[in-house]
Amino acid sequence: MLTVLALASVVLLGIVPEQSQAITIYTGWERHALVGSDIRLSCSFFSWRWTSDDVTFSWTYRPDGSRDSISIFHYTGGEAYVDNKGPFRDRVEFVGNPGRRDGSILIKNLDFNDNGTFTCDAKNPPDIVGRPSSVRLLVFEKLPIQAGVITGAIIGVVLGLLVLIVVIYYLMRFLVARRVFSLSVSKHGKKKKEGSQQRQGPAPPADPSKVKAAASEKKKQESRKDKK
Amino acid sequence: MLLLLLGIILLHIAALVLLFVSTIVSVWTSGETSTSDLWKNCTIHTGGHACSPASTGEWIQAVQALMILSIIFSCLSLFLFFCQLFTLQKGGRFFLTGAFQILASLFVMSGAIIYTVMSPEWVPEKNTFGYSYILAWVACPLALISGLIYVILRKRE
Repeated sequence: MLTVLALASVVLLGIVPEQSQAITIYTGWERHALVGSDIRLSCSFFSWRWTSDDVTFSWTYRPDGSRDSISIFHYTGGEAYVDNKGPFRDRVEFVGNPGRRDGSILIKNLDFNDNGTFTCDAKNPPDIVGRPSSVRLLVFEKLPIQAGVITGAIIGVVLGLLVLIVVIYYLMRFLVARRVFSLSVSKHGKKKKEGSQQRQGPAPPADPSKVKAAASEKKKQESRKDKK
Repeated sequence: MLLLLLGIILLHIAALVLLFVSTIVSVWTSGETSTSDLWKNCTIHTGGHACSPASTGEWIQAVQALMILSIIFSCLSLFLFFCQLFTLQKGGRFFLTGAFQILASLFVMSGAIIYTVMSPEWVPEKNTFGYSYILAWVACPLALISGLIYVILRKRE
């Protein structure tokens, strides 16, 4: 019974990983760049196996409107081989890290003729079944503004101003109401104190009432200034 | 009295509907086989329609923003009208409602003006202005009149 179980598990472990043994390659979808600038095309992969020493990366380029693709970069056996005859001669540089599954290249001094599709293919022996991934390069004279940025900004600013005005309006109303309330309270308090003083005579010190009178005078002056 | 109220609300809703149609339907310019702006450019060929997103220049985005803002302000004005109808004192004026509606009409007007002035840059000569553009121009005075009526109106029983 146990041996049957052990045999079954060994067989399953042997079969299942083979089916899921496919390498997945990730590049960007589209890249925008200015004429004359440099661009880094990133390529990385996911594989169930450890990164082997024989890992290979290769980049091919297909111009816009053409059906042929040419190879511009190949990394194998620990060495990087760049294009030395084609349109990217002396412009390609390997900036990736094969140990970290990164096969990115740097293309310098872009031109309008570099518009096209770049395809990255990575192989991690024995994991070699996978679909290459492509990134489209668009070279602009002037970087266009993304759709919706200015639209969103204008709408956001106007609605924000509206909210700000409403908040300030309610704040002013609240402050004015509070000031009116405190003014009426201090007047009421002063009247009460004067009444109690007249009944008791000049025994309590006159300072608190003088301070209160000065405070209410100050408030009256402030409200007069505000009205102005 | 009720008739007056109904008429005013109908005018407001008419302006709002025109604004919605003008903003949503993408026919600000139309040629023989193509229509373009505000959101996508479509050309008709033997297979059917082929639509691509409109150009992302700064001015088109400004027109988009102004049209959307005018819709927002007009909706807010309708909502405020119903609020003020029930909370305003007798004899009071619908200032806030009228102000929002007039602002909405100003936004439509500036959007239409910007589009008129800048469109020769991105539209070839033989194309003419489409019906969305015309609806925007019709919605502007409608909204203005509606806003002015709100400002002049006084609340009665």
